[in-house]
Amino acid sequence: MTSSEITRKNSRAQDEVLLSIKNITKKYDDALAVDDISLDIKKGEIFALLGASGSGKSTLLRMLAGFEKATSGKICIGSEDITHLQPNERPFNMMFQSYALFPHMTVAKNIAFGLQQDGMAKADIDARVSEMLKLVHMEKYAKRKPHQLSGGQRQRVALARSLAKHPKLLLLDEPMGALDKKLRTEMQLEVVDIIERVGVTCVMVTHDQEEAMTMADRIAIMDEGEIQQIGTPVDIYESPLNRMVAEFIGSVNIFESEIIEDEEHFMKLFCPDIDTDIYVGRGVSSGIDDRNMLFALRPEKTFISVEKPDMDHNVTEGTVEDIAYLGGHTVYYVKLTSGKIVQCFLANTERRAERPDWDEKVYVFWQDDAGMVMRS
Amino acid sequence: MSTYTTIKRLLPKGRCLILSGPFLWLLVFFLMPFIFVAKISVAEAELSIPPYTAMFDWIDGVLGIRVSINNFLWVLDDPLYVQAYLNSIKMAFFSTLFCLLLGYPMAYAIAKAPKEQQTVWLLLVLLPSWTSFLIRVYAWVGLLKNNGLINGLLMWLGIIDDPIQMINTNFAVYVGIVYSYLPFMVLPLYANLVKHDNALLEAAADLGAGHFTRLFRITLPLSINGIVAGSMLVFIPVVGEYVIPELLGGTETIMIGKVLWQEFFNNRDWPVASALALIMVFILIIPITLFHRFQNKEANL
Amino acid sequence: MIGSKLSFSKFMFWFGIAFLYLPMAVLIFYSFNASRLVTVWAGFSGKWYVELFQDQQIMSAVGRSLQIAFYSASSAVVLAVMASIIMVRFKKFTGRTLFSGMVTAPLVMPDVIIGLSMLLLFVAMGQHLGWPENRGMLTVWIAHTTFCLAYSTVVITSRLTEMDKSLEEAALDLGASPFKAFMQITLPIISPAIISAWLLSFTLSLDDVVIASFVTGPGATTLPIEVFSSVRLGVTPKINALATLIIGVVSLVAIGSWFFTRKMNERISAQLNVD
Repeated sequence: MTSSEITRKNSRAQDEVLLSIKNITKKYDDALAVDDISLDIKKGEIFALLGASGSGKSTLLRMLAGFEKATSGKICIGSEDITHLQPNERPFNMMFQSYALFPHMTVAKNIAFGLQQDGMAKADIDARVSEMLKLVHMEKYAKRKPHQLSGGQRQRVALARSLAKHPKLLLLDEPMGALDKKLRTEMQLEVVDIIERVGVTCVMVTHDQEEAMTMADRIAIMDEGEIQQIGTPVDIYESPLNRMVAEFIGSVNIFESEIIEDEEHFMKLFCPDIDTDIYVGRGVSSGIDDRNMLFALRPEKTFISVEKPDMDHNVTEGTVEDIAYLGGHTVYYVKLTSGKIVQCFLANTERRAERPDWDEKVYVFWQDDAGMVMRS
Repeated sequence: MSTYTTIKRLLPKGRCLILSGPFLWLLVFFLMPFIFVAKISVAEAELSIPPYTAMFDWIDGVLGIRVSINNFLWVLDDPLYVQAYLNSIKMAFFSTLFCLLLGYPMAYAIAKAPKEQQTVWLLLVLLPSWTSFLIRVYAWVGLLKNNGLINGLLMWLGIIDDPIQMINTNFAVYVGIVYSYLPFMVLPLYANLVKHDNALLEAAADLGAGHFTRLFRITLPLSINGIVAGSMLVFIPVVGEYVIPELLGGTETIMIGKVLWQEFFNNRDWPVASALALIMVFILIIPITLFHRFQNKEANL
Repeated sequence: MIGSKLSFSKFMFWFGIAFLYLPMAVLIFYSFNASRLVTVWAGFSGKWYVELFQDQQIMSAVGRSLQIAFYSASSAVVLAVMASIIMVRFKKFTGRTLFSGMVTAPLVMPDVIIGLSMLLLFVAMGQHLGWPENRGMLTVWIAHTTFCLAYSTVVITSRLTEMDKSLEEAALDLGASPFKAFMQITLPIISPAIISAWLLSFTLSLDDVVIASFVTGPGATTLPIEVFSSVRLGVTPKINALATLIIGVVSLVAIGSWFFTRKMNERISAQLNVD
């Protein structure tokens, strides 16, 4: 992601809080699906709940929509408590994973359905429907039935239907779940574009990290009913708060290590897997007695070479265990002398360049600011 | 907030309304009748309207309760009744077996037919069951009679000189039952078989299984639910079958449905008929529970 | 390899079909026989049809049975839609086991037991409540509604289970009340099943002889009871003619409704089976 993209995205969100979730908990029998979550959604942002299946993200979304009743906690828009409102009384609309287009109604009738429930005049409904059709570029298909549409077209109709009522909040449940991979990337950008044009606040649920990172301004990583970290895509990827987040987003090499020195501008760690000390270009200034730390290193920031780099820290020796050529980059699995396997990405910037081979002795090294340190 | 409270007040009401309609109907018209069957089975027959003694009487401030187990003793003591029960179970068992032997290959053939032909084939099997059951049983009377079509044909061909006695035998009853109940066997079997993943058979073949192995180790075990459902759908009603033994059976065919009918309509002995019904329900409780459990399992899939 | 087994099952299939259809074909054939005897073909004749239509007793029984079947099917379907919602949507309530047991039991319960037990109920109710005063079409209607309810519920439940629940949720989400969502979304989508359930109930009611024999009263003889009492005495060509007409009508309705539901289903499941 380029830096200009990041600034554009950040400018979309305003600082005003639209929706606040306060200590929401959901219990099924004895199982805790959502465990005491508090969260603010800012006006105008796209917020993604990202997690594996069973992490509670869908339950949280369904509680926002009103399909599930919270066991305890509150959901408020501004000062209004909407925790106990029925789904049909909430100013939110949802785009379902299956799209849930009414099979017996035309595209136009589907979009008009929500407006009719408000008792809007027929002429106004027609005007709004054609406006929505235009927004999603589906003017030509107004008279079609859902089964006569392709997957992408269905998604556009579902989006138009959920936006027709000017919802205060748009909920997206696995928005790309029913599309194949190629169409997915295309639709992700298109959906963001439409949401941006309408200017609606949006909460989405997904298990696909790429989707969350492409579409969302902020991401909440969920696991076992709890939020592990909230932040921008860059925060989440570059500064994960814990091992779970680091491992969930992308690949990572994690080393269990111990603090030797912890100063304001640097720290030194000892790790039995690594031949030299680990030098980190910033300190955590923990002051806590527990000296155990996790040192995490993304594979694309881990370099390898056959010649020994001229460094007295952040370098260790190993042999190439396995090589996976992926086109854009190659993944090297290097076995360190301790037996630990480390992943390194090598970008294929040259065609058929000289590369380390299987069983070759290599050195693994990284920059002082490449690694991330965390407690758990 | 006020709309919320009104809605909340209304909602459980709507739910209760939906719940109470069919629930009350079934309680009053399906479950309650069995209470009366039980009540009358412990009464005694009497020449009155209705033709049984009252359970409670109130004489000089004394409540008398009259419960008689004579009907049950009478039924269990009389070899005719016991024989009728045993015979019904035996005939239901063999009819179910014949239906299964004929119905399984039929259901299999439909399930393996091209997708667009399946509904046509299934319709072909089900269509007769939508026409009158009574008339289909009656059709066999004309075929199986001594001067009926089959005997006539065989005699005309010179295969036999004298007609074979077929009508009024157990054979005719078996034919009639299998004929009438076959679609009930085929339908659940088909519904089950059609869900089987063909890749399982291919995987088995790939691992070296011949088609008998595939049939007995893959298809049959996977279709056990369909077999149970189809068998129960045939077995249970056949135990109480009346019309078929009445039209096609003879004196040798003593089935409990027919005996109950005679006790009720010919002898007007309501208490004994009730006792017979109650014992029949008792016998059928296990297969009915089996069927019910299967229904639930299918519904939850 | 699979071919040889297929041909066996295919053979059994056609054998079964022949077994199912031959007797009916014979019945139809002989309904046009001028002779009373089954074995003798005395030339083509429509006289049994004429006689059938002149038989006042049978004709009035036909009218009565059609009426009962119409009312029973209609009331059974209404109750069955409610019962299906309970079975599919109300996952937890006290008495659920009892309810699902009561819904499925009539499917397999022998007719003689249902008939006898309902009669005893009606007699007791008449005695203690004064209602129903006497037995007739009303009591037959109640009895038929009860067992048709079971069959209809099976048909409608299976469709409702298949239906994507998020369609209803979408309607609620777009501001429809639960009642409106049901009427505008659920009902149209399950309508093919409702129609088949109605037709099935109609034919079941039209076909029942045992239960009706128990619960009917004087002056309310249904067609099956009429037919039964005459076929007990042996083969009567008039009944052959009636059977031919019934088979003809049922085939037409069945094939017609099959075409109809297939079209509806195609339209609806095309959307539902996307993923």
